[in-house]
Amino acid sequence: MLGSWRTSLRMALVVTRREARDQFRDWRIIFPVVVLTLVFPALMNFTARQAMNFVQKYNAPLVGERMIPFLLMVVGFFPISVSLVIALESFVGEKERHSIEPLLCSPLTDGQLYFGKLTAAMLPPLIAGYLGILVYLISVYVQIGWSPPLLLLVQILLLTTIQAILMVSGAVVVSSQTTSVRAANLLASFIIIPMSFLIQGESIVMFWGQYNVLWWAIIGQVIIASLLIRTGVAYFNREEMLGRELDTIRLGWAWRQVRSAFIGQAHSMIQWYRREVLAAIWSVRIPIVISALCLGIAYLAGASLAPQFRLPSDIVSFDKISQGFIEGLQAARFYSSSGILVIWLQNIRAVLIAAVLGIFSFGVLGMLVLMLPLALIGYVAANVSLAGHSALTFLAALVLPHGLVEIPTMILAGAAILNLGATFTAPAEGKTIGEAWLHALAKWAKIMLGVVIPLFFIAALVEVFITPQVAVWLLGK
Amino acid sequence: MILTQNLGKRFGDFQAVEAVNLRIEAGEVLALLGPNGAGKTTTVRMLTSLLAPSSGWARVADFDTVRQASQVRASVGVLTENHGLYNRMPAGEYLDFFGQIYHQSAAVRKQRLRQLLEDFGLLPYIRRPIGEFSKGMRQKLALARALLHNPPVLLLDEPTSAMDPESARLVRDAIRTLRSEERTIVICTHNLAEAEELADQIAIIRRGQIIAQGSPQALKARMLGPEEYEIQLALHLNGSLPDLPEAVQITASGTNWLRYRAHSPAEANPLVIQALVRQGLPVITLQAAPRSLEQVYLQAINAASPVEATHVG
Repeated sequence: MLGSWRTSLRMALVVTRREARDQFRDWRIIFPVVVLTLVFPALMNFTARQAMNFVQKYNAPLVGERMIPFLLMVVGFFPISVSLVIALESFVGEKERHSIEPLLCSPLTDGQLYFGKLTAAMLPPLIAGYLGILVYLISVYVQIGWSPPLLLLVQILLLTTIQAILMVSGAVVVSSQTTSVRAANLLASFIIIPMSFLIQGESIVMFWGQYNVLWWAIIGQVIIASLLIRTGVAYFNREEMLGRELDTIRLGWAWRQVRSAFIGQAHSMIQWYRREVLAAIWSVRIPIVISALCLGIAYLAGASLAPQFRLPSDIVSFDKISQGFIEGLQAARFYSSSGILVIWLQNIRAVLIAAVLGIFSFGVLGMLVLMLPLALIGYVAANVSLAGHSALTFLAALVLPHGLVEIPTMILAGAAILNLGATFTAPAEGKTIGEAWLHALAKWAKIMLGVVIPLFFIAALVEVFITPQVAVWLLGK
Repeated sequence: MILTQNLGKRFGDFQAVEAVNLRIEAGEVLALLGPNGAGKTTTVRMLTSLLAPSSGWARVADFDTVRQASQVRASVGVLTENHGLYNRMPAGEYLDFFGQIYHQSAAVRKQRLRQLLEDFGLLPYIRRPIGEFSKGMRQKLALARALLHNPPVLLLDEPTSAMDPESARLVRDAIRTLRSEERTIVICTHNLAEAEELADQIAIIRRGQIIAQGSPQALKARMLGPEEYEIQLALHLNGSLPDLPEAVQITASGTNWLRYRAHSPAEANPLVIQALVRQGLPVITLQAAPRSLEQVYLQAINAASPVEATHVG
């Protein structure tokens, strides 16, 4: 076991060495790395000094103090941004030039090749990033005597490392879907745009000075990088790379795939429910558990915020539940079929948005969208409790009547979204990534059309006609 | 050896290769012929364990291409259609890199790469970046890479394309030597003369199916009919054909030559000579009329319906 690991590592490093050596022979890679390592930190140092002098003139030293650690993060990030280009070149460039074929014909395993290339794309820019940080730290120390707290330095180094892994592992996933560098560069915006948002978010944290928040950023990126690596490993294989010759859109084929997976073996609506929908629900039983846990966590997270951000007690008072409450609801189209439609369409829209976001985020963002209402309920329920009322009564009156239908439906919708998003990360045996995703889409559609949308209708019906009555009965005076 | 049974590959709706049955013994060369997109590369990729078959199975060097993919790849030397060389890397370093991948020790790598570079006339260029190599030199280097680990099975895609005649001769001689070393060799080529010269077996593939298979001679007999013979005469025919034995059928003639088909040449040819001499037409030469593999290939490929997959011994 240990021997086989050692062999795998050795083989991966053979690939890494070759690629790294090749990079050092290419001035187009070396030049920006050297500039970003040596010249850019000096420039940042100069900027830091100028900024310090400027803000001191206006008696705002805090801005300068926050800028120095912020620039520390920037000098680490800039050289590693090159790793994205190197990774695209290494994975899809080799595919385009067919120089990957002799490697694929060799006894190297897919994993050895993947990790060898991943390390090669990451290591030189990462070393350059560390060097940049070192150059910046030395010059800032010499100029103004500033040195970072050890914990902040560790955070910046970890952030720099995980961002490099994130970009490279993202580039591999992008590369697995293309056969040309041109197409890969176009798809790279799926990496560049989220990364730029990430850096902006981290910049806000750096100026905010709440460095503890950086740990959450690190943890979040570790999770996403793990998912991307898993996806990369799943689809960086010989079959996937050589089976894809052209980046063509085959809408007819895609439609046939989805249609046949959606209908399955059913010949009637009853058969479809019995065979296909039930099988689809059974196949997402693990995502159902995860989805339920997420919604539970959302509720608890919402509740945990209540002591910190308390609502005024008159807002959470039960005194307002009276006949006027019913009239207010009637004005808001409760007790009417149009009210049902509004709530029903709102819920459908929410799960559709969640599904779209889930597709691009392995299901994570989709799940977050579904968690929000539960977090809100938890928050309000906790506020009700803090105001001296019974949270259980609040829930039984205003949430549970329709929630008994709606919450399990949301759990199921979340599970279908997680399954759809996770398709990219899980190896689909005997299927290409496209086929696997289209089949997952068909499964999602089965659950949505067969269960979620009808149940949302029932929930809307209950919410419009029954929940207000229960609320008045339990809370009204 | 290579053995396949109903080997097939489907990409979505497209059947790239269908029911390919091959048996290539050690010391045998099979030439896989077919137009572009016929399924040659897909077949080779399945034999190299790069693609898993959608149907059927293949064994290469006694290993199953699906279950023992790693062993298969270690036993196969592949010359890919695109050579896939690294332009910035020196030739020696390139071979050394592949030697490491094939788990060769430093000493073996050094000895082996020098030997191969010398065999292919590339030793003086050992430190030169591959990007500076001519097409022919690149082809030879790619071939050296395929032979680096001494594989018992060789899959060579267009082994002499882009080479000058001298280099092509060098490579063909190398292939003959490799065959004599009891290696199993598959060549994919459009060079039919080369295929005929080197191959013990020919397989013609069209739209993913083997439409004709067998030795070059047997394929010619099967697809072009009995062998034809050509006679050069000392005198002109003056527009009239001579009387020949009934077993002989004249297929073409010229001013002082004629071509005929004979089912039993051992019996018919002496009778033809006797008949011509009797009629005052001295014979200068008698030889089998040249029949190229190209004729066989074109006939097979252009057949309106696929010629039934024939294995001709």
